[in-house]
Amino acid sequence: MVSEPSADGASVPSDQTDVVLSAQRISKSFNGVQVLFGVDFTLRRGEIHALMGENGAGKSTLVKILSGFEQPTSGSIVLDGVAVKLPPNGAAEALGIVVIHQEFNLAEHLSVTESLFLGREVTRFGVLDRKFMRQETRRVLDLLGSKISETAMIGSLSVADKQMVEIAKAISRDARIVFMDEPTAVLSRDETDALFSQVRMLRDRGTSFVFVSHKLDEVIELSDQVTVLRDGQWIKTAPTSMLDGESIAQLMVGRELSSLYPKKTEPNVDETRVLSVVGLSTAHVNDVHFDLRKGEILGFSGMIGAGRTELMEAIAGLYPRQSGEVRIGNKLMPPGDVLATTAAGLAYMTKDRKSKGLLLGADMTSNLTLQSLDQHGRWGYLSPKSEAKALERARRRFDIRVRDARVLAGRMSGGNQQKLLLAKVMEVAPNVLIIDEPTRGIDVGTKQQIYHFIAALAREGCSIIVVSSEMPEIIGLCTRVVVMRAGRIVGVLEGDEISEQEIMRYSAGLKQMAMA
Amino acid sequence: MGANVTTQDEQADARSRWQDIDLRAVAPFVALALLLLLGALVNPNFIGLNNLANVATRSAFIALIAIGATFVISSGDLDLSVGSMVAFVASVMILFMNSGVIADPGMMIAAAMALALVMGALCGLANGLITTFGRIEPFIATLGTMGIYRGLTTWLSQGGAITLQSAEQQDLYRPAYFGTVAGVPVPILVVLAVTCIAAFVLYRMRYGRHVVAVGSNASVARYSGIKVDRVRTTAFVIQGVCVAIAVMLYVPRLGSTSATTGILWELQAITAVVIGGTALKGGSSRVWGTICGAFILELVGNIMLLSNFISEYLIGAIQGAIIIIAMLVQRSLVRKS
Repeated sequence: MVSEPSADGASVPSDQTDVVLSAQRISKSFNGVQVLFGVDFTLRRGEIHALMGENGAGKSTLVKILSGFEQPTSGSIVLDGVAVKLPPNGAAEALGIVVIHQEFNLAEHLSVTESLFLGREVTRFGVLDRKFMRQETRRVLDLLGSKISETAMIGSLSVADKQMVEIAKAISRDARIVFMDEPTAVLSRDETDALFSQVRMLRDRGTSFVFVSHKLDEVIELSDQVTVLRDGQWIKTAPTSMLDGESIAQLMVGRELSSLYPKKTEPNVDETRVLSVVGLSTAHVNDVHFDLRKGEILGFSGMIGAGRTELMEAIAGLYPRQSGEVRIGNKLMPPGDVLATTAAGLAYMTKDRKSKGLLLGADMTSNLTLQSLDQHGRWGYLSPKSEAKALERARRRFDIRVRDARVLAGRMSGGNQQKLLLAKVMEVAPNVLIIDEPTRGIDVGTKQQIYHFIAALAREGCSIIVVSSEMPEIIGLCTRVVVMRAGRIVGVLEGDEISEQEIMRYSAGLKQMAMA
Repeated sequence: MGANVTTQDEQADARSRWQDIDLRAVAPFVALALLLLLGALVNPNFIGLNNLANVATRSAFIALIAIGATFVISSGDLDLSVGSMVAFVASVMILFMNSGVIADPGMMIAAAMALALVMGALCGLANGLITTFGRIEPFIATLGTMGIYRGLTTWLSQGGAITLQSAEQQDLYRPAYFGTVAGVPVPILVVLAVTCIAAFVLYRMRYGRHVVAVGSNASVARYSGIKVDRVRTTAFVIQGVCVAIAVMLYVPRLGSTSATTGILWELQAITAVVIGGTALKGGSSRVWGTICGAFILELVGNIMLLSNFISEYLIGAIQGAIIIIAMLVQRSLVRKS
């Protein structure tokens, strides 16, 4: 079990002087399970370095080690040419190393200025110098070309603006090295573009970025350098210009990706309607009409905030309706009654698996059967045997790969969590399934699997609505696409009409379907 | 190489099996064992079966209340009103028995017990509805009802005591606390029975799963089609019923209540739950740990009484310290696992 010496000259950079941070032969074990195996990583000044890999490849762990949140089991970290031990719990910020987490570290009740200066408030004679801090915040926001008010409350900001505040915070702390974990997961295309131009601008001023993302196209667009990890091993580091999406994906998976999307089956137009929505309105959704046929995969596209999730939650009985009718089969659904819609055969899979989908502190069984406990015993009694069987079935059907069946959901990889969530929702045996963001924050391999599950369910006669902000996903899966904008349906595309440009035109408001 | 891998796997297996033992579940029982050892060193009489049975009997009130508190805390709430509720329900029960509405003492006691159950359930329901429908933090809601129940007791007793008057009723009811069945004191049997039922509900029934789901993440529960408010309210009602059961044992013991009955019992009940390993922020329930916690609290008092170096007047302070220590231990165990 002796690892071979790292004599390969390939990873040694040509000019050592530019290197700001490097990791040499980093290994890390948690509770005796090794997750990183002698990984090398080199970050130069003014470089955007993408860190790629499937879920569980060790990206997050490497980021944590490089930012001091975890200490390596072995190996060394070199900052500015000096071997260092990074201080824990974010104290590495003082060295100019900042992490922008996937879940933001912002207090909702603080203003933008207060957030920027949190923990290092500027005082004059012991009194807060609010004016100076506001001016400084404005300066940084202007630098970023952001129009956010420096006095706005964090809670009132959009997700994209919160991201911007995080970046402003990093800049105001003189960050030289910024780690970004899936920064675009919750951003629309426009917001992503804005973010990227700011990242490039900062790069040109000498800031280094480490960018963790699952979106291949974005990585190719933005990064200068790519490092791929697989199963905790370093696989390759190369300039982005030498790679393309296909080759990165192959490096990540280590096998040929056949087709990411399953073959589409054109729906039978004569099939019965299983869901019809008439004139539905909620707080931010306005007069929505649509039908869903048996075995159909219907896509819902649109910008973040177009009201898609709210619409779906209103249909599922999770969000209050103001007016309109929802029929499942021929049955009229009472508003705001999840149990009735579930009983009628409709299931909604939330996009927010960590805070609305799974009990992170519970094991797989409790999560799997939470929505369908009635099936596992009578008079409120639960049969452990019946539940264990359900878990066994679900693990096989959805290929949930874990070492130990008693593992807590919060410790599973994102991909396994997503499969578990899908399995949980499928336990109620729905004939209408609404999936909100089916593949957010999961790796390519699992994405492919989930797409095939969706297609297989549709072939079995289940009708599926896919809500997604990833256009390739909508285009690759759906036979009909509804585009929403500002709470209304602005377009319905079928067959060959379904293309990125066409969806974009509708969702950006350049085009609108004639309304009856 | 192959053999090498196998051994490593086996080692990892053994390690994970060792790690599988949930320290939080075991900790209260380890603490109990250590306390028994300490007690035996302090005073040889301590470890005698008689003394221990005595301690267990005296811990019955807190144990019963703490079983209810396990439900409330697991569902992510908190009930501070239990001590006052004991005083209030017990006062009403004694006043009813003194009223003489039913002539036959046996029937009277049965009716009074039924009344206590209904009163307890109603008090719990009030707590539950104020927190869920009223959307008031359980801490504040039950702080309010704590004052209300306590004030009503003071008013009912006019500042004095409410005492069971009929000697006949007293004689008939006494065995409910002082009696034994096959040598085991009745209160111990009641606690064991209630714990078994609670454990069954929490670990083997749909409702128990719902309680834990609501306590660990109410959003997830709602998205899974669980009626969150109903689950929370029911937990408060269960708490009320448990208080009523404790009252049914309390009345035959002293036959009297006053405005000071049950003071600081909420502290003891919550301490017992926390010692037992149930997380105060909800989402886990350890009802056997709770019983162990209640027993530990009473044991500590007993050891202090039997030893001569700590004044028993410090019991309250020691119990307060125990809940803080228990929280610290819990947190350190979470970090390790």
